[in-house]
Amino acid sequence: MTLAIDPTVSQPAARTAVPSDPVTVASVTKSEWVKFRSLRSSWAVLGAAVLGMLVIGLIVAYNTRHLTGHQAAEDLAPSGTLQGYYLGQLLIGSLGVLFVSSEFSTGVIGSTFSAVPRRLPVLWAKLAVFGAVAAASMTAITVLTFVAAQAVIGHYRTGFSLADPGVWRLVLGTSLYLALVALLGGMIGWIVRSTPGALVSYLGLLLLLPLLGGLFGSAGKHAVQFLPSEAGAAFMVSAPESPHLSPGAGLLVLLGWVAAGVVVAAISLRRRDA
Amino acid sequence: MIRANGLTKRYGEKVAVDNLTFTVRPGMVTGFLGPNGAGKSTTMRMILGLDSPTSGSVIVNGKPFAEHKRPLAQVGGLLEARAVHPGRSARNHLLAIAATARISAKRVDQVIDMVGLSDVAGRRAGAFSLGMGQRLGIASALLADPQTLILDEPVNGLDPDGVLWIRNLLKGLAAEGRTVFLSSHLMSEMALTADHVILVGKGRLLRDESMAAFIASASSDVVRVRSPQADRLAGLLAGTDVTVRSVTDQTLEVQGLSSDHIGITAAENGITVLELATESASLEEAYMALTNDAIDYRSTTDMKDAA
Repeated sequence: MTLAIDPTVSQPAARTAVPSDPVTVASVTKSEWVKFRSLRSSWAVLGAAVLGMLVIGLIVAYNTRHLTGHQAAEDLAPSGTLQGYYLGQLLIGSLGVLFVSSEFSTGVIGSTFSAVPRRLPVLWAKLAVFGAVAAASMTAITVLTFVAAQAVIGHYRTGFSLADPGVWRLVLGTSLYLALVALLGGMIGWIVRSTPGALVSYLGLLLLLPLLGGLFGSAGKHAVQFLPSEAGAAFMVSAPESPHLSPGAGLLVLLGWVAAGVVVAAISLRRRDA
Repeated sequence: MIRANGLTKRYGEKVAVDNLTFTVRPGMVTGFLGPNGAGKSTTMRMILGLDSPTSGSVIVNGKPFAEHKRPLAQVGGLLEARAVHPGRSARNHLLAIAATARISAKRVDQVIDMVGLSDVAGRRAGAFSLGMGQRLGIASALLADPQTLILDEPVNGLDPDGVLWIRNLLKGLAAEGRTVFLSSHLMSEMALTADHVILVGKGRLLRDESMAAFIASASSDVVRVRSPQADRLAGLLAGTDVTVRSVTDQTLEVQGLSSDHIGITAAENGITVLELATESASLEEAYMALTNDAIDYRSTTDMKDAA
């Protein structure tokens, strides 16, 4: 029954018939891309984010085609037709959360870390894959939405064009904001791990905290400027409500949030049991 | 080759793995046996670096697993069946793992074929049965044709065909000189598959010996003696390779001596024997006796293992 082989006799190491390469960030990036593209839900959520932004932009454009004097200033501003970012950030950020947290909820993280036991390459690879997907898709859709919505307005009155001063900043600022909060969502996924917990944390940070800040008077309002969504508004909204950081400061603050997220995620990844 | 040295894992007050020292050698199948909750899975997770030990260390093929440049070629692991995203196909799941080591898609299809999942490889894994999930896990463990295999309860959920298949597969891999380490809470399965057994209970090492020696010692007969002078008789019977247990103040259970020998010893010393009976213990009973003190979770039905 047994294949008793004397263990004291040294044996030639078993031959490995399958060629394999050392693990690199590049090879892990390929792996993460396979993971991302092979889920129907990735494309469904991404599609919803893209479509939602376009549809909202067109609705705003249609509603403001005639100037009635009763319209909100923010709808008429150059950033008015990009307000779909509000929905977009929920969807693209949730996708960022899911891209990471689903590994933990399904147990796939065990095979991921068995293939990449140093772990950190997985963090960089997910950042690269999802950063590229989010940046490409969000840039494309904000530009498209702006152009399409302004074309609708242009039928009725004079709107804005990409050539107008400050418009490129708003359009690219919106795509950059969406790509950055998407990455922030991913980092929250690494830190919180559980899908519901991470989603609630992400939405709370983006939507709930700015509202809560308002309850604490002027100090609260001052602090709120430094939250990701408000810092983002500083560079992607034409006329943000006061008080607000300068566009450059807003971008730096948001980058700071993402960087902090990456650092905490990396520490959590290295220190905690999978 | 896997070497664990004083491996310990504590979760707060609870000790999951308690100072385990053992070596898993190449060229044979080593069974990691113990009841649910004995610390088998935690130990295997520590070998693969998924959990870090509270103290102690474990090395695989010469160094800690995380330090290997080609981890997949060193160790193929199956820790959790059905650890697949339910929305991803089996093939894509394997392609993603293979990509980390630039293993070809051809090899992916080869292992899919090997584990008999060709017909369903393109389907979303959410619909997989436990047995199919196990086969997929085994496929991923075999991807890079690794030196060492670490499989946690691989036969769980497999049909009899599948059990036989994996038994032969593992024996074949061991015969090629690979290290094969698999856990099970089923004595019967282990007796058929493993050449060497490492038995744990409550995180502690109970046995580390060849399966043949384990079977010989564990399933040896027990002689039950009832005598008013049980204490004195126990003293006379004691010796190396003899275990004498007092069951009640009059009853002894003796292992390692025949009933003839015990009867003669009693007669020679003028000890009254009221009862003398040989009880054959099955391997399963022996295993239960060994781990009896070490069972954490008891249930009336034999539910699937979650250790």
